Amino acid sequence: MNFSVNFAGVEMKNPVTVASGTFGSGAEYKDFVDLNRLGAVTTKGVSSVPWQGNQTPRICETYGGMLNAIGLQNPGIDLFIERDIPFLKQYDTKIIVNVCGRTVEEYIEVVERLAGTDIDMLEINISCPNVKAGGIAFGQDPELARQVADKIKQHAEQPVIVKLSPNVTDIAEMARAAEAGGADAVSLVNTFTGMKIDINKRAFALANQTGGLSGPAIKPVALRMVYQAAHAVKIPVLGMGGISCAEDALEFIMAGARMVAVGTANFHNPAVTMEIIDGIAEFMEKNGVKDINELCGCVK
Amino acid sequence: MSDKRKCTARIESQIKLAEGIYSMWLGFPEDLRIAGEAVPGQFISMYSSDGSRLLPRPISICEINAPANLLRVVYRIAGKGTEEFSHIEAGGSIDVIAPLGNGFDTSYAEEGKRVLLIGGGIGIPPMLGLAAVVKGEVTAVLGYRDNSLFLKEDFLPYARVYVSTEDGSEGVRGNVIDTILHYGTEADIIYACGPLPMLRGIKAYAAENGIKAQVSLEERMACGIGACLGCVCTSKEKDAHTNVNNKRICKDGPVFDAMEIEF
Repeated sequence: MNFSVNFAGVEMKNPVTVASGTFGSGAEYKDFVDLNRLGAVTTKGVSSVPWQGNQTPRICETYGGMLNAIGLQNPGIDLFIERDIPFLKQYDTKIIVNVCGRTVEEYIEVVERLAGTDIDMLEINISCPNVKAGGIAFGQDPELARQVADKIKQHAEQPVIVKLSPNVTDIAEMARAAEAGGADAVSLVNTFTGMKIDINKRAFALANQTGGLSGPAIKPVALRMVYQAAHAVKIPVLGMGGISCAEDALEFIMAGARMVAVGTANFHNPAVTMEIIDGIAEFMEKNGVKDINELCGCVK
Repeated sequence: MSDKRKCTARIESQIKLAEGIYSMWLGFPEDLRIAGEAVPGQFISMYSSDGSRLLPRPISICEINAPANLLRVVYRIAGKGTEEFSHIEAGGSIDVIAPLGNGFDTSYAEEGKRVLLIGGGIGIPPMLGLAAVVKGEVTAVLGYRDNSLFLKEDFLPYARVYVSTEDGSEGVRGNVIDTILHYGTEADIIYACGPLPMLRGIKAYAAENGIKAQVSLEERMACGIGACLGCVCTSKEKDAHTNVNNKRICKDGPVFDAMEIEF
């Protein structure tokens, strides 16, 4: 039974990774999961200098999901290279580094610092709804998205995944723009911009007023968007959005995702990725599927 | 490799202590040494069995029975999740990750030291487990809203107990600082848990009087294990892990030296 996938030229032992921001750089999860079993670890967004992030409260629960407005707090690329990459290199898994920035120059600075480091892929976050500049601004305009992809590709040593925002009218157009800019893959969806009000305090539940919605509540919409994107481009798609069990992951794979990422479900059960990997393998065995790639995009 | 996990705890007992305040003893599987690892000031992540509620409710540990592998939590109904917990009867079960975070540093409470434990409202429960283990001459100041003095009797074997109530129906009318001043309580070390305005008052009082103070903070959490950066507080110095002036309440706390954080 073949469980491995080739994702934009990178051989992954299985199609399961984690969604950026839900897993740190893996250190906090090492007591709960065997990191060696993940196809890849996708690290939390890292910028050229340390970012403080937003005020608290940064998170709140919503029905079947949650809102977050962390604001991309991160230790900066220098400490990331010094500490987080060596940590992950102890494990037999691929490393996808999520990169964030306020300007194209900031993205490029991080991408250039990562050239020559022993990581496998870059994921460019042009879709964070919680920071004022950069982030989502690039992810909502196809021409800007194409330009960002194009400029980053000129400086990137590793294959580039462009992470798309679902807060757009036409996700297929955004996926095509990333492809036209030279992206090696796209990942989607990032979170949906949402809001919650605390009626007892007559105030926003989050200090940032709005936050990104994730969790099972978004899964049907995310799945539809992954399907649309997968049918719009030739480059591979990393699908995510509310995946919390093997059945969810299989839906995304059948919709056309070559790989899948598990995000918010890690908060409900830190070992959920292991259960998902086992569950996909069980499904394949039970249904006589010899190669996971047979399932990719099998529903048309 | 993996050696920690979310597990299913049995509910040994559950009783209502006061309006909206419940006490629950949890028992853990034999193969998991949980109570033996736990120290006062740590918390446990408690999970709803309703799939629409994903995130853990972080609840402080009230008492620890290591030989029997039991933990006690005393919690307030703050929403639908905790309300669900309050309906689970003895013999039922709940999914938890335990123990989490860092507890109080009891090395400050040596023999001969005057140890002051201050709990306000639902910040009282973690002070009970601490009262049971600290050395020295222990005074507990417990701040309540009214005369529903939950857990007060439980402190009596371990500490001299002073009570304040906001409505003046028991003890000193006012807050915990009013009570400390009323009795002229002196201390070499203060441990505290309660609402932020109370903790701010204690930090100021400790600073004025040159007393070491450790406080336990709370915040909404998502992962509970230090990964998501949802529950940070502002630190005075740049934190070595985050590389900014933020510490993670779940992983670096919930107990901090009062002077090292801004609140």
